Amino acid sequence: MNIKRHGAALGLAAAGALLLSACGSDNNAPASGGNSAANGVNVDCGGKKQLTGEGSSAQTNAIQEFVAAYAAKCQGFDVAYNPTGSGNGIKQFTSKQVDFGGTDSPLKDDEVAKAAERCQGNPVWHLPLVFGPVAVAYNLPGVDGLVLNPETTAKIFNGQIKKWNDPAIKALNGGANLPDKDIVVFFRSDESGTTDNFQKYLQASAKGVWTQGGGKQFKGGVGEGKAKSQGVSDGVKATEGSITYVESSFAKSAKLGVAKIDSGAGPVELTDASAGRAIASAKIKGQGNDMVIDLDALYSSKEAGAYPLVLVTYELVCSKGYDADTTKAVKAFLTTAAGPGQDNLTKVGYVPLPKEFRTKLEDAVKAIA
Amino acid sequence: MSDSTLADRSASAKETPGRARAPHGAPGSSRGGAASSPDTPEGPISTANTAQGEPASTPVRRPGDRVFRGTAVGAGAFIVVLIAAIGLFLLLQAVPALRANQVGFLTSGVWNTTDPNSLQFGILHLLWVTVATSVLALALAMPVSLGIALFLTHYAPRRLARPFAYVVDLLAAVPSIIFGLWGIKVLGPTLVPVAEWLNRNLGFVPLFAQGNVSISGAGNVLTAGVVLAVMILPVITAVSREVFERTPKEHIEGALALGATKWEMVRTTVIPFGKAGYVSASMLGLGRALGETVALYLILSGTGAAPKLSFFDGGATIASKIALGAGEFNNELTAGAYIAAGLVLFALTFAVNALARAIVARKKVSA
Repeated sequence: MNIKRHGAALGLAAAGALLLSACGSDNNAPASGGNSAANGVNVDCGGKKQLTGEGSSAQTNAIQEFVAAYAAKCQGFDVAYNPTGSGNGIKQFTSKQVDFGGTDSPLKDDEVAKAAERCQGNPVWHLPLVFGPVAVAYNLPGVDGLVLNPETTAKIFNGQIKKWNDPAIKALNGGANLPDKDIVVFFRSDESGTTDNFQKYLQASAKGVWTQGGGKQFKGGVGEGKAKSQGVSDGVKATEGSITYVESSFAKSAKLGVAKIDSGAGPVELTDASAGRAIASAKIKGQGNDMVIDLDALYSSKEAGAYPLVLVTYELVCSKGYDADTTKAVKAFLTTAAGPGQDNLTKVGYVPLPKEFRTKLEDAVKAIA
Repeated sequence: MSDSTLADRSASAKETPGRARAPHGAPGSSRGGAASSPDTPEGPISTANTAQGEPASTPVRRPGDRVFRGTAVGAGAFIVVLIAAIGLFLLLQAVPALRANQVGFLTSGVWNTTDPNSLQFGILHLLWVTVATSVLALALAMPVSLGIALFLTHYAPRRLARPFAYVVDLLAAVPSIIFGLWGIKVLGPTLVPVAEWLNRNLGFVPLFAQGNVSISGAGNVLTAGVVLAVMILPVITAVSREVFERTPKEHIEGALALGATKWEMVRTTVIPFGKAGYVSASMLGLGRALGETVALYLILSGTGAAPKLSFFDGGATIASKIALGAGEFNNELTAGAYIAAGLVLFALTFAVNALARAIVARKKVSA
């Protein structure tokens, strides 16, 4: 326990140090370069000294980055975010316990109504501030840059394809020397938003192949479950011929192979740019500033050079109905999060939002009254 | 030296009632008995009390008596109320989920609680993994613990016994997450060749047949059982040691005087004397194994397939399943499904303890 706690403290300290140095250079760059993308965002500090938020644990590290950027912009201001899971975030937000909530999936209709009540009758807005790329990671010595398409991926994860040298995989990987080996699928045995999004992705993109449905429990019916992202990436690392879905930061740090995804317009590698491209082209389902992303459209997108398998998480805020102090602080924090807060996200495993998307978010934040 | 034998003799004078009580359980009671018996003044007072106190009908009560009695009764009542409250809470939370359940809770192995409108959960598979890991752990730990306890009480030089006992106790202080990490990163891979050998040569025995996860992944009942065995080792050892230490010196000396060898002495005096305590220590260990969570959460590989009743099955125990789901208890029905599983674990542990008590009680009668 102690060891773990110390580790966390150490990690935090290290992250903090990284961040501080990063912020230092950030503040200098725009001043000399003239491009004021980061600094030009006018953050109007003030209001409540400490905001509170609660919810999705998938965005914890990103929120930490945001908070650090916020504290750098606005001296003496802070945000306490409690990563207790999306469900709790929604609950605490609706019952006015926290100023904003974090969630992996948009509110359902009845939840929207309840949340509106909390905002004194004003609509609640979803602001998609944090996007996490999910990698299809594999361990197959001698095969670099494996290419998969959604149908093949779905078939691997529901057991219809059992061997690496299956004709379907061969067809996608012309020159690769695919062994006659069983595919070992690893999945998350705990309930997780990553599983949920991955299954939604397969459902939307692999037309008709993935019939198992979505949800936070893996439904593929094959393979071995491991707890947490660390567990699955360790499992793949230790097992030749295995494959899993995991946040890209874990795949990278375990040095696993990451499959390129061919959604119909050629294989796309998972990079900030390709994931950013998918986000930039994402359709917004919500009305006006309520920026609910149309996941089906995003996941089934065939846009060239876009990597669509990303986990979308939202901040829940009131469009109106906070008291004046809270309004000011919420706006200041979210402006920072949508602006300079995005710059360091790559390091902690998220996709920094593309420019146009930031502008949209900034407009939405400005409209909070 | 002569002092202690005297005390022992006086203790053995009350041997019959004392003995009946001593094995009744846990170290606490036997330790308490031992503490009071050498204290000679207490004996006469209590006999005097029963002799003359009864007719007087108003025994002397000092405030200390009342306070102590009050706290003791309070503590006793508190634990009973607490356990009843836990049981009641589990039951109340579980009932709505059980009502909404669409499959047999005790007869199905499906676990699908994503959609609260079509809950499907059954504990059959969880129960198998829970029982299999715990029983395997017990089977591995019991003989080793017996050996350690006997070594510490009757074989080890006195100077070595004490620090050695501390070291064994230290094992109980290692956090279970450490055991879990050790199990999956170190022990698991080491056990793979053993598991493969067992599977190859004894595969015709169902217990060693191919399970529902890969043997090379090591996230199976075998690895979990071995780790659990190490975890419950100190519990069983500590309690058994206390019990074996209480073997009346007269019995030991008597056996030796009759010409018994050391092993014969241990077999004829120490083990019969401590058997009930040893069994009850093992049940205590079994209770710990049944409820162990984090280590198994890390070790066991999850699977959607049904278990094949093999040591090479994966899955989850009841406790580790709850931990796996705990991050996302978003609605009461889903949470209720897990709580219902917890209720079964509660009942199972209760049954195990009751069984232990029954074994101890039977031993007491026959002894």
